[in-house]
Amino acid sequence: MTDWSPIFISMKTASVSIFITFFLGLIVAWGLFKMKNDTGKIVLDGIFTLPLVLPPTVVGFFLLWIFGVRGPIGSFFIDFFAYKIAFSWPATVIAAVVMSFPLMYRSARGAFEQIDSNLLDAGRTLGMSEWKIFWKVAFANALPGILSGGILAYARGLGEFGATAMLAGNIAGQTRTLPMAVYSEVAAGNMGEAFGYVIFIVFIAFIVIFIMDYVTLRKEKQWRYN
Amino acid sequence: MSNKMLKVNIQKELKEFDLDVDFELKSKRLGILGPSGCGKSMTLKSIAGIVNPDSGFISLNDTVYFDSSNKTNLKPQKRNVGYLFQNYALFPNMSVEENIAIGLGKDCDKNHLSEIIKRFHLNGLEKRYPRQLSGGQQQRVALARIMAYGPDVILLDEPFSAMDTFLKEQLRLELVNSLEDFDGFSIMVTHNRDEAFQFCDELIVLDKGKIIAKGETYQIFENPGKVQVARLTGCKNISRIEIIDDYHVRSLDWGLELEVSKKISPNISHIGIRAHDFSSANVDDLNAFDTLGSTKIEMPFEWEITLANGLWWKYDKQIHQHEFDVPDYLKVDPKNIILLEE
Repeated sequence: MTDWSPIFISMKTASVSIFITFFLGLIVAWGLFKMKNDTGKIVLDGIFTLPLVLPPTVVGFFLLWIFGVRGPIGSFFIDFFAYKIAFSWPATVIAAVVMSFPLMYRSARGAFEQIDSNLLDAGRTLGMSEWKIFWKVAFANALPGILSGGILAYARGLGEFGATAMLAGNIAGQTRTLPMAVYSEVAAGNMGEAFGYVIFIVFIAFIVIFIMDYVTLRKEKQWRYN
Repeated sequence: MSNKMLKVNIQKELKEFDLDVDFELKSKRLGILGPSGCGKSMTLKSIAGIVNPDSGFISLNDTVYFDSSNKTNLKPQKRNVGYLFQNYALFPNMSVEENIAIGLGKDCDKNHLSEIIKRFHLNGLEKRYPRQLSGGQQQRVALARIMAYGPDVILLDEPFSAMDTFLKEQLRLELVNSLEDFDGFSIMVTHNRDEAFQFCDELIVLDKGKIIAKGETYQIFENPGKVQVARLTGCKNISRIEIIDDYHVRSLDWGLELEVSKKISPNISHIGIRAHDFSSANVDDLNAFDTLGSTKIEMPFEWEITLANGLWWKYDKQIHQHEFDVPDYLKVDPKNIILLEE
C-alpha cells in the first residue's frame, strides 16, 4: 500500500510557501531595486541571497536557532500561543520559504533591472502613483522574469530537504515531504516505494519547466517581436 | 503666456564636471544646445523631478518645484511636466489607446480619448502595441500621451537623435505642428544645430555643465561670441589669430591676413568663417587669397572644397551639374568674419 501522505504534504507545503515567497520576494526585490543607498543594497542583497549559497543544513541550523523552543521566535510562540513551531507542519513551510526566497527575489530584481528605466520615469511624469507604476509598468513588463522566478522557487520549495530535515524533522504524516519520503524509503530498503515518489517528483519538475518556458516565450512574443 | 515664467537655477555634482545652470524662460520655446554629455539631459531631468539637483531652485509661475533652501522637492507626479523621451518610453505592454489613457489619468472618458486619437492621426491604430508601430507613429503616440496629460511644460530630450535622415525631417515638421497648438513652455535638448534653429525662439548653449551662451536663437547663430558656441552652431572654419591693428588680424592656422568689419577688442583670440561665406575673387580684391592645391568633393546639392591651408568652402549647385572649376582666388566679406573669444 503506497503512502500518499508525502504527496499531499508536499503539495500543501509547496503551494502555501510559494504564495508567501512570491509576494515577499516581489516586494523585497522592488524595495532593493529602488533603494538609493548602495552599501545598504549590497549588504541586504548578501543576506537575502545567503540561503542559495549556504548548505541547506546550515540554513536549517540557523532556522532552528530562531524558531526552536529556545529561539527568540520559537519561545515567543510557546509562551504566548502555546504553539511549538519546530517539528510541526508550518516548519516545512518556513524552511521552504527561506530556501526558495533567493530564487524569487533575484529573478524579480533582475527582471526589474531589465526594464527601461525611462518607462518608470515616464509613468511618474504622467502622474501615475508609485503603486500604479509598480503594477502596471514594472510588474507587467517584468512578468516573464517574475513568473520564471516564481516557478523556479516553487520547484525549489517542493524539493526542499536539508533545512526541512533540521527544522521540521521527518515525522510520517506530518512533516514527511516527498524528498523526505524518498530518503526514508531508501534508508529502509524499499526501493520500489522510493521509485514511485521519484517518478512523481520528476513528473512535476518536468511540468514546471514546461510551463516556465511556455509562459516566458509567449509573453516575449506578445510584446517584443513580431 | 503673459506672466508665465520658468525659473531654473541648479547645481549638481557629476562624475566629469559640475553642472551649474541658471536661466529664466519667458518665451515659448527654449533650446538647449550642447555636445553629448554636457549636462543637457540632466537639466531636463531635474526640471521633471526625475533626478534631484544637489542644490538650487526650480519654479514654474507660482509653483515651486524644487528649493534646496527649505527642502522643497515636488514629486514628478505633481509637477505637471510632460517629458518626451529619446526612445519615447511607450509602455510596451499597453496598446496605443491604453498608453494615451494613462496620460488622461482619472478623467479618462471615451470621447476625450477618441478626440485625441483623431487629433494625432492615430485612428485605426488604437489596439496596436508600440512594437507594431513605425517610428513616426510611436512619436505621435508619445506626444498624444503627453498632450492628453495637459502639461504646463513639455521637455523634449533629443527627440530625433536615433533616426535616419528621411524620417527625421518628416518628424521634425510633425513635431513643430503639434507644438504650435501648445500654449505652455517647451524646452528641447539637442546637439543638432538645425533642430535648435528650427524649434527654438531662445537658445542656451551648454558646455561641461556651464552655460556659455544664452539669447535669441538668431542672435546666437549670427554672433556666437565664443569658439565653442561657433563650433556648435556649425561654423566650419575657426582659426587662432594675432591682432595686427583694430581692423586687421593674422590667422595663425590659415596663414592669411584679413580685414574685419568690427573693431577688435583685446580678448578676441579666434576668428570664424562659415563655409558658405566665401566667393570667387580677383587677385587684388579685399581679403582675397589663392586656392592652389585645393581638393573638391561632390555632394548632391553642393561642392565641398578643401583648401591647402585647411579652409572649407561649400558652394551650392544643382543636382545635374557635375563640372566645377575652383576659381583661382577666393575672398571673404569682412562682415562675415566672426570675432570669437576662447
